[in-house]
Amino acid sequence: MADTTATASATLTKSRAAPRRRIKSSTIVMGLYLLFLMLPIYWLLNMSLKTNTEILNSFSLWPQNLTFDNYATILTDPAWYMGYVNSLIYVLLNTVISLAVALPAAYAFSRYTFLGDKHLFFWLLTNRMAPPAVFALPFFQLYSSVGLFDTHIAVALAHCLFNVPLAVWILEGFMRGVPKEIDETAYIDGYSFGKFFVKIFMPLISSGIGVAAFFCFMFSWVELLLSRTLTTVDAKPIAAIMTRTQGAAGIDWGVLAAAGVLTLVPGALVIYFVRNYIAKGFALGRV
Amino acid sequence: MVNDRVFGRRRIKEGVWLMSLELKGVSKVVNGQTHIFETDLVLEKGTMNVLLGPTLSGKTSLMRLMAGLDKPTTGKVFWEGNDVTDVKVQDRHVAMVYQQFINYPSMTVYDNIASPLKLLGKTKDEIDQAVRKSAELMQLSPMLDRKPLELSGGQQQRCALARALVKDAGLVLLDEPLANLDYKLREELRIEIPKIFEESGAIFVYATTEPEEALLLGGNTATLWEGRITQFGQTPVVYRQPVDATTARVFSDPPMNFLPVSKVGNRIMFGDGQSAPAAGAMQDLPDGRYQAGFRPNHVEILSHGDHSMEFHTKLMVTELTGSETFVHLDHHGEAWVGLIHGIHDLELGAPLKVYLDPSHVYIFSEDGDLVTPAAYALAA
Repeated sequence: MADTTATASATLTKSRAAPRRRIKSSTIVMGLYLLFLMLPIYWLLNMSLKTNTEILNSFSLWPQNLTFDNYATILTDPAWYMGYVNSLIYVLLNTVISLAVALPAAYAFSRYTFLGDKHLFFWLLTNRMAPPAVFALPFFQLYSSVGLFDTHIAVALAHCLFNVPLAVWILEGFMRGVPKEIDETAYIDGYSFGKFFVKIFMPLISSGIGVAAFFCFMFSWVELLLSRTLTTVDAKPIAAIMTRTQGAAGIDWGVLAAAGVLTLVPGALVIYFVRNYIAKGFALGRV
Repeated sequence: MVNDRVFGRRRIKEGVWLMSLELKGVSKVVNGQTHIFETDLVLEKGTMNVLLGPTLSGKTSLMRLMAGLDKPTTGKVFWEGNDVTDVKVQDRHVAMVYQQFINYPSMTVYDNIASPLKLLGKTKDEIDQAVRKSAELMQLSPMLDRKPLELSGGQQQRCALARALVKDAGLVLLDEPLANLDYKLREELRIEIPKIFEESGAIFVYATTEPEEALLLGGNTATLWEGRITQFGQTPVVYRQPVDATTARVFSDPPMNFLPVSKVGNRIMFGDGQSAPAAGAMQDLPDGRYQAGFRPNHVEILSHGDHSMEFHTKLMVTELTGSETFVHLDHHGEAWVGLIHGIHDLELGAPLKVYLDPSHVYIFSEDGDLVTPAAYALAA
């Protein structure tokens, strides 16, 4: 009798102990994963708050002489901060143009059948499969000859090449989820197409529009090759400026790191707003 | 008040023609498939019209043509005598409710109901009054500030109905509006719809797959089969005197039972040694082969009248529905269904004698045209 109790209590302890150990191991795995993931970002932040001397001459896990000079340099020097302004201008321009083009296109794909619609729809996606380098040369020559070279709209239009198809795919997925009967009910109620589209349809797919806008923003924000090729001074993006920081005194590590941190901010902000819909967006609205 | 206006319109139109919606030679072909064969139909103002047919029989296609959502491939649509075939759906005076609960999810119930009125350019007070009245009628008053998706299915459909009614449209199309609701709500709304209809004075068109629903709604019924209207007339008349076997099959749930018969002299031979005297129009017809049809509820297994015929069948399946029993019978290879009152303990696979009163039998030609309706139907 006593034996059984002992065994029972032993099993009990064992079974109690087992899950605790499992939680621990998963915490360790998660912790390590996060550590590796966040390390480069932390190191960037760390560097941005150090002086160049400290960066080059010592190894420290956190800034010994905390300084915000690097950020001050960027935010006061037009050569630096105009890079952000330029990037934001063409990225926002591109997002607006992409959505304005993609909304009617996606509606047509989701609601009507027309000759070759399926082929056209797939062909749109293949545009994303070509590396931007392929298009750099034709764009460069084309924009130079029509006087668009080194303008924001030039980069915005060039980025439409891959953002419009993406936005069409995402929006079409969301639109397909809206029953066609809603359109018809609206027409019967007396809505014109335009009024229906803006007042009833767009609120219904607002999360899709948000996700599409996010993807357009993100891809346009991180794209370097086209934006660097098509600009020289007036519309030069921040990423291009960051790759040319070698001065007479060598590389200005601290400022470069600060620029890196600031570059992360807009993307992180946008991600925060659409965080609940991103998974659906990656599935092109087809969840 | 609504009625006055409608009658007023009637008076103006008096002497012209009271009909309101007319389909003339209308057909619809989509991708080489004929959804609606050439159809002529006149629906009169202030009538309830049921489109009865199984799924894919063309009910919805026909409604879309009436509403103006689709353009007919051939033929014309007239509204109060005017050709409206090419008039956009926005400019027609119609309202429609779908089987799915279709509301505008981003608007509150109030705004949903108000939206057609806003588009008509009504004043705020007018809109408010009309919305509250129809919400009252649909028992939606406490939910006016909520979004449609926060409501139950029945309430969502009430919201859609309220939106359709508030517009005071001349033509209200209801496409199986109760099909997605649970049993109790269906019963409730089914009672309410004819009431609402009586108040409105518009043309109501109500599509359904269920014969029972058509009978409860009354009015007129058009039976549809594979893109054709097989019969259109007052609901009880269509039910009692279907023009052909197809209509009888559509307007009967479970479907009507058939068996081949032959007329010899003055008698109709039913097989199994059973026969009945030829009555009515049957007397003047030549001898030969015909089809007899009878509804499942006329099959009897215990009590039977003196003139009843007796058939030997095999019992295949029974279904209990509380107070009634469905019996699926095998009569020499033909499947029959009987609907019998009460609960019966019957042995499956065993022979079963069933009885049929000749006055309950319809006679159709071999091609399916009605030759003579059942005697009970003529008497009713």
